[in-house]
Amino acid sequence: MAEVMTKGVLLALLAAVLGVGSAAYAEEVGDFVLPSSKAAALENCVEPTEYMRRNHFELIRHQRDETVYGGIRGDSHGLSGCVACHVGYDDSGTPIEIDAEGQFCRSCHAYASVEMNCFDCHATVPRGEAWNHEVAAAHAHLTGSAAARPTAAER
Amino acid sequence: MKRIVYREWLLQPQRYWGLLAILAAVIAIGGLSALYMEHHGHWVTGMTNSVVWGVPHVFAVFLIISASGALNVASIGTVFDKKVYKPLGRLSGLLAVALLIGGLLVLVLDLGRPDRLLVAMTTYNFSSIFAWNIFLYSGFAAIVIGYLWTMAERKGQYLQKPVGTFAFLWRLALTTGTGSIFGFLVGREAYDTAILAPLFVVMSFAYGLAIYMLVLFYAFDADGRPIGPAMLKRLKNLLGLFIAAILYFTLIYHLTKLYGAKNDGIETFLLISGGLYTGLFWVGWILIGGLLPLGIIYHPELSQRRDWITAACGMVIVGGLAAMYVIIIGSQAYPQEMFPGYNVIQFGAPGDIGGQVAPYSPSFPELLLGLGGVGIALLITAVGVRVLQFLPESLADRDVDPHASARSPA
Amino acid sequence: MNHETESMNQGRRDFLGAAAGVSAAAVAPGVFLHTPVANAAPRTDPVTDMHRWGLLVDTSKCADGCTACVDACDSENGLNLQAKPHGQDELKWENQRAVWIRKVKLQDNLTGHVTNLPLMCQHCEHPPCVDVCPTGASFKRADGIVMVDRHTCIGCRYCMMACPYKARSFIHEQVDHKLTRAPRGKGCVESCNLCAHRLDNGDISTACAEACSAEGHQALIFGDLKDPMGPLRKALAKTPSRQIRQDLGLNTGVRYAGI
Repeated sequence: MAEVMTKGVLLALLAAVLGVGSAAYAEEVGDFVLPSSKAAALENCVEPTEYMRRNHFELIRHQRDETVYGGIRGDSHGLSGCVACHVGYDDSGTPIEIDAEGQFCRSCHAYASVEMNCFDCHATVPRGEAWNHEVAAAHAHLTGSAAARPTAAER
Repeated sequence: MKRIVYREWLLQPQRYWGLLAILAAVIAIGGLSALYMEHHGHWVTGMTNSVVWGVPHVFAVFLIISASGALNVASIGTVFDKKVYKPLGRLSGLLAVALLIGGLLVLVLDLGRPDRLLVAMTTYNFSSIFAWNIFLYSGFAAIVIGYLWTMAERKGQYLQKPVGTFAFLWRLALTTGTGSIFGFLVGREAYDTAILAPLFVVMSFAYGLAIYMLVLFYAFDADGRPIGPAMLKRLKNLLGLFIAAILYFTLIYHLTKLYGAKNDGIETFLLISGGLYTGLFWVGWILIGGLLPLGIIYHPELSQRRDWITAACGMVIVGGLAAMYVIIIGSQAYPQEMFPGYNVIQFGAPGDIGGQVAPYSPSFPELLLGLGGVGIALLITAVGVRVLQFLPESLADRDVDPHASARSPA
Repeated sequence: MNHETESMNQGRRDFLGAAAGVSAAAVAPGVFLHTPVANAAPRTDPVTDMHRWGLLVDTSKCADGCTACVDACDSENGLNLQAKPHGQDELKWENQRAVWIRKVKLQDNLTGHVTNLPLMCQHCEHPPCVDVCPTGASFKRADGIVMVDRHTCIGCRYCMMACPYKARSFIHEQVDHKLTRAPRGKGCVESCNLCAHRLDNGDISTACAEACSAEGHQALIFGDLKDPMGPLRKALAKTPSRQIRQDLGLNTGVRYAGI
């Protein structure tokens, strides 16, 4: 009898934990955007947030083929733009790998348990970007100072 | 003529399970090796940007061409109406499928991205022989399974000849395709010749038959089924013919290459100065894989003895692996000749190889992966003959072809 | 929609202005790198066969011992970020790491004359690597650049078997550091792409040719093979040139003078 009771209590506890857990998660969806990232300061993503949540991969994949085969890098749907805007920074202003534990891509993919292998090959922090809408935006600001060509900046 | 009775393999359980355990262990080690290579990347293997295909390809290509060769025995029975070969047909089909699966697994597990196998199955480039081979291989497996059904099912018997003929033509295409994977590579001196395709076809005949004979002997000895001397003689004579054909095509291959002055370099390398590759060519490919087994097969006394014939089969297999090693790895180790008339003094950073023979030493994981493929093929065969009726009860001459044995004294 | 995007970008600019101090270190290199060409603009239409990009190498100007083009390529395409796996032999690693361009030194067997030249993907019109690729990952872009779509490359290395120039590299190891403009990962094959990211931004140059000019050698001229008035065609018209392995009839986009 006692055994049955213990089991019952355990089950109830388990249910409670799961219930509370999922409730907590449900609240958190959408809060994977890191406060330190540029994205945090913006109203929404390159498309409405709700749309991006469901369809970001379709956009990225479409852009991927446009870029690889068509050489079009200027669109705002490319992966390098995602990384540039959503990457988080530590206290010293150094970007943190976007697929690291607790970072934007990783935490949501972990939550949704969806595999992610973009970063097998793609850079996880903005570094040596060719062109994306983020670079362009920054460039619009810095264009004066960039007149000279310090290509050695990175070498 | 007696009706042929097929029966499951009646090996004692402890021996059978012992055999399966050994094969399972070989497969497990091969699988772990593949995991290890995939986890770390190919830097843990002997492969480099110069020798891009290593020992796994040696095993994979050997198993794949042997698969099509193993089917030959069935083809001779069905397509060419040699009645004595009919009882051998089922095992021939099973072995063909098993070897093919073993070879393909090795090939796939050696990919840089084996997780993208689905991409390979869904995205095709039809100008690639490799892509055609994906069809040829999977089609081969399907056709042979159908062929096996026509052999085993009374209702399917009338289809046996057309299906068998189709399978025969398909396997010719398959080996031609495998040979062409190498033959159409214009950028490498050792390849770039159409003769590699027929060379691969005769190689497949010999290697497949040698494996077939070893499996047949082992299976029959293990549960005491008889193989008549006339049958033995037929099989070993057939093997002798195929070995001679390999030697002939090997000769033609090198004569073709020697005729063009531009190929002097690669020929000198393979035949004289290539160190390990030259050794493997002469000792492995020609002597162990060719002349010695030929000598045994046509020796008046040794050719009567089963243990010597078994040894000859083993030699053909060893020689076959040596031949694959020379064809696949030796040809890559030899530098690509981009600047005729010039000596390449420097090619990139030190260690980056160009203009000189590329070093390659196989690593253990590569070797174990290759052996794992062999294990898979044998495991499939062992389970197949155990649970289904693949093996004829007897291959004694009077059971197979009473008239023939009456006519000629073995 | 356009208006919307515009305002969004405006938002970003504002934000970036504020955050410039924090993130300059991270963003600046990419920003400064290739954007400032006066009329440079990222393309919005797919590449076409109106252009075919190529190079002329004048081996007489290629200096002995100079590795400017190789070094420039290495940093442009993140090849210098590759790390030798722990415990790997130094020389073997040199044969396993990715190399897009290499300096080759030749000596004429008869005369003893020494020639230097850079060797990279020759961007064939009929590339053997594209013919053999089972998945079509190895492809030729409309503007003649031969490259690898890493998303469909399965790492079979058949293209490396087929290439007459040893131009391709297989990524043998886990890659931890890479540039945004040059993705790289274990198990795929890659090679020179004529700095496609520069071209796509409207910057008609390659790192190697730029570096060669900066050194004052001018041994590498990059340009459009289809533009009769362009620098490449003008140089080709003046100098006799040939293809490496011309016998194969691949019609390479990279031509050599002086060999």
